[in-house]
Formats: sequence, C-alpha cells, structure tokens
Amino acid sequence: MKMTTKAMLIVLALSTAACTRPDRFGGADGMDANAGGAPLGNAMPQGGASDPRSAEYFQQTVGDRVLFVVDSSSLTPQGQATLDGQANWLTTNNDYLAIIEGHADEQGTREYNLALGARRANAVREYLISRGIPSTRLRTISYGKERPIEVCSNEACYSKNRRAVTVISVGSLS
Amino acid sequence: MKNRFMIAAMAAMLAFGAGAPVLAQSGPLRLTITDGVIEPLPFAVPTFQAETAGAEQVASDISALVAQDLSGTGLFREIPQSAFISQMGAFGSPVAYPDWRAINAQALIGGAVSVNGDQLTVKFRLYDVFTGAELGEGLQFAGTVGGWRRMAHKVADAAYSRITGEGGYFDSRVVYVAEQGPKDNRQKRLAIMDFDGANTQFLTDSSTIVLAPRFSPSGDRVLYTSYESGFPRINLLDVGSVSKRQVQTAEGEMAFSPRFSKDGSRVVYSIANGGNTDLYISDLNSGGSTRLTNAPSIETAPSFSPDGSQIVFESDRSGGSQIYIMSAGGGEPRRVSFGEGRYGTPVWSPRGDLVAFTNQNGGQFHIGVMRTDGSEERLLTTSFLDEGPTWSPNGRVLMFTRETQGAGGTSALYSVDISGRNLKEVPVQGGASDPAWGPLQP
Repeated sequence: MKMTTKAMLIVLALSTAACTRPDRFGGADGMDANAGGAPLGNAMPQGGASDPRSAEYFQQTVGDRVLFVVDSSSLTPQGQATLDGQANWLTTNNDYLAIIEGHADEQGTREYNLALGARRANAVREYLISRGIPSTRLRTISYGKERPIEVCSNEACYSKNRRAVTVISVGSLS
Repeated sequence: MKNRFMIAAMAAMLAFGAGAPVLAQSGPLRLTITDGVIEPLPFAVPTFQAETAGAEQVASDISALVAQDLSGTGLFREIPQSAFISQMGAFGSPVAYPDWRAINAQALIGGAVSVNGDQLTVKFRLYDVFTGAELGEGLQFAGTVGGWRRMAHKVADAAYSRITGEGGYFDSRVVYVAEQGPKDNRQKRLAIMDFDGANTQFLTDSSTIVLAPRFSPSGDRVLYTSYESGFPRINLLDVGSVSKRQVQTAEGEMAFSPRFSKDGSRVVYSIANGGNTDLYISDLNSGGSTRLTNAPSIETAPSFSPDGSQIVFESDRSGGSQIYIMSAGGGEPRRVSFGEGRYGTPVWSPRGDLVAFTNQNGGQFHIGVMRTDGSEERLLTTSFLDEGPTWSPNGRVLMFTRETQGAGGTSALYSVDISGRNLKEVPVQGGASDPAWGPLQP
C-alpha cells in the first residue's frame, strides 16, 4: 500500500516536470501548449488546480499568458493586470523559477518572428522585474512562429498565438 | 551513410567530330537568357547507347534525366522520341543532320553508357543541328552506378552551359527543413537532397526544433539554428560525417540566423539579449566574436555580398522591417528597400547584381528581386505565405518556402526563374521549408 502511494507520487512529479520543462518538443508538447484551459493529463490530481501553490493554479487561475497586437511587444492593460497577478504569485511562491516564452503569429518571416518573440518575452520579464521579481528567477526564450496553439489562418487564431507564456518550474533555468 | 561519388575523369578526351559543313545562313547555337525568352529551344535526346551488356536501363534513365533537367528550366523543350525520323548511330559516328533539322531539333545530345562492375562511364556529345557541327568537345564522366543521377546532371549542366553561355545548376544539392505533423505539433528535422528532390538524406532527428540551414561556400558544412540545448543556438554540421557541434558565439540569451562568410571560416548571425536583436560575427575556429550592429531595433537575416565586402540584412529601425546594406565590418548601413509593405530575408545573388527578398504587402507574401541599390524591384510570386528565397548556383533560379493557409496548412518548396517564369513545386516527400541551395558539386 505504502509502495503504491510512493509510485504514484513519482508519476505525478514526472508529469508535472514534463509540463513545465522548456525543452519539451516531443509528445509532451501538445499537452503543454494547451495548458491554460484544456484538461490536464489523467495523472493530475483533482485538487491540483485548486491548490493555490500549484503550477496548475498559476496556469489556470492566475493566468500564465499575455497577448499582443500585431507586430508589437507593448503590454496591454489587461496583460499588465495578468502580470501583476503573476508577480504576486511568484513573490508568494518564491521557490519557483520562470521561463518566459515569446511567440508570434504566422504573419511574418521566420527569423524576424524569432526576434519579435524575444521582444515580447523580454517585455514580460522587464515587467515582472519591475514588480519585484529578481531577474535571477527569470529567463526568456522565443519560439517565433514555431509553436502556434491555434491553427486557423485568421485573426481569431493569430490573436491567441501572439503571446508570451510564463512557464514555471522548481529547479534550474538552464 | 553518404553516397560517395567521384568524378574520376572530366577531361575532354574525345576529339572534335570530323569537320561537318557549316551552313552559312545559320548562326551558331546560342540561347541568350533574358526576360524576352518565351519560346523554349527544341532539343532531342535519343536514348543513350548502352556500350556494355546490362547497361540499357541506366543508359535509358540517364538520357531521360538529362532531358528532364533541360525541360525543367522552361528554356528548352524536348522533342518526343516518337517524332524522331532516325536514330543515332554508334557514339561519335556522323550525324544525319537533315533528319534532325526536319523535326526542328536545334540541339541534339548523343551519349553512350558503359558499366563495369560498380563503375559507370558516361560519354556525351552536343550537336548544333542547324550549323551541322558539334558544340564544344565530347565529355566523359566516370563514377559509380549508384551515382548515375549526378552524371546525368553533369551532362545536362554541360549542355545548358554550352548553349546559354552561363553556369549550370543541376549537379547541386539543397539543405532544408523536413516537416511532419499538424501545425500545432510540427516536427522538424534537417535534410539534404539533390536540387530536383531526389536522394533525400536526413541529417538530424525530430527531437528538437531546427531552422534555416545554410551551406558553406563549398557545400561541405551546414550552419543552422537548433533548440537542442533548450534555447536557440547555432550548430555546425559536417555533411560527410553528419557530426555536429554547437558554435561558440557572443554572449546572449538566443543565437540564431547564422550564415557563412565567403571563405567559410566565419559566421555572421543574430544575438537576442534583453529583447534586442543585433548582428555579430564570429570565427568558427577561435570563437572570437565582433559586434556588427548596435541599435535598439531588430537586425537579422544577414547575407554576404559575393566579394565578401558587404552584408545585406533586415532591420525594423525605421518602423516596419526593411532591407539595409552595410560594410562587412559593420558601420552605418544604407536602406535599399523603399517599396510597399515590409521586406525581409535578403539574399545576395551569386553574381552580385541582385538581392532576393521576401515582401509582405496587402495581406500577401511575395518573393522578389531588386538591384543592390534598390532599383528595378520585381515581385516574382504571390501567395498566402512565400518566404526565404535561396539562389541557384548560377543566379538564374530562386527556391523558397510556400505555406498554405488554414488548419491543414502545410509547407512546400517552390522554384521560380528570376524572370518570374517557370514557377513550380519541387517534388519533396512530405512537408519542407527553409531551403538553402548549395554550390555546383565538383
């Protein structure tokens, strides 16, 4: 009985890691890309998202992403409100580190969009720093247009793909 | 496993054909490639003769591929064998010119193939039908049976070159990103193929994102952007051994958009730091780096001029992305694009006279060319998403990525003449993007 519980805990820990690691491009990616609204894997406890210290709570309740207008890295008032919530959460849960992923929609060339995603990720990073989060807890990465979460080719999808997602984890940022 | 192939002999080992009478009323065979070439030049390629038993199939395959290469340029038109009045005699024997004139063949390509074990030898002669003379000397190529496509491409390159007076591009390879899977879970891996989509070889697995590869000037190495470390970094891959290593760059959160210098010893690339992207150059051996631009704007997608003295790149320093040229050592750039919309991915032509680019305008993408002072801009293509042109070795053709729109959107490779003619898809198995055309092979 005790053994079973232990094994289950390990499974949970692994699946959480799979959801928050920045270097996941295999099967775990689709799961991560849908985080924020889609149901999580079966291994997730029902209580995960209701635990205010959990990564699921951060994703779903605090809000892990901000959106941008076309070809811009300026934070909207709504984005700033989301980031205020992220800053508060990260201040409370100070064992968490964050990698901020910048993304672009498909309306642009590949390398320009990489640079644009870097601008967006950095805008979030700078804002969190201005709200008291130490820069050592933050790292940025851009995926350009390589990781859309919505696949249609119109503004309904583009507006969700122009995003910066704060991906939290416990451990190291490298 | 690399497909090893050596040209053992590319010597003009065959003597000129016996002095055929030159018709006074007819100039020598020459196709000048200009925007005005609309009527393709008719040519005939009788099936190459098998000079050894069992060489029939490869002889037939080689002559068919020579014809396909030439027809594929849009500059030549193959006369079907069913129209032939006579066949070729033994290789090098006198040609019945009147029979070829009668079907309006202007160029005639004769060839012979022999196989000895694993060794393949291909000989060919090019005839100017209307002057009734051989154009250039006969050539012989030797290699392995497995490398028969390369020998066909070499024959076609020689014929193309003799008739147009320009270099060929058939015996060349393209490195690109092979794509698989839906838009929201796309797998990418580096691949290399012949210019016509044959002989695909994968160079990386699909465990990480790989982007925008570029060949070294001699085609032996490839630079590309990889997320293998978890963050975008520049990798250098040796094509022969398929071994790779991360390139030491200037400090930065991200390194991407790498291109070789003209001597292949240095890499110019972008570093993103604190949200700002600038251009740097590093020595591939020592790792020593120099910053080339220092502006709060995005500077990326660099490309050297053929003489190595200048770099063309894209920057949004004036607002929307535009094309700029600066000295290879850095310094104040001058803007060269002034048309409608946004400009990116500039690539300097091998001849040095043109810059190919991606233009975004009116909700569409275009591939275009302009002179290096920005004049004589021509948009060659229009679609939902065209991007990232790369030059054929002779500077006559551009290959680029075309993506279709919507949830089921996929990427494919297309090519187009710099005249805007002969737009066509490159036959690649599966999705493909980010082509980079390598040099003519030795």
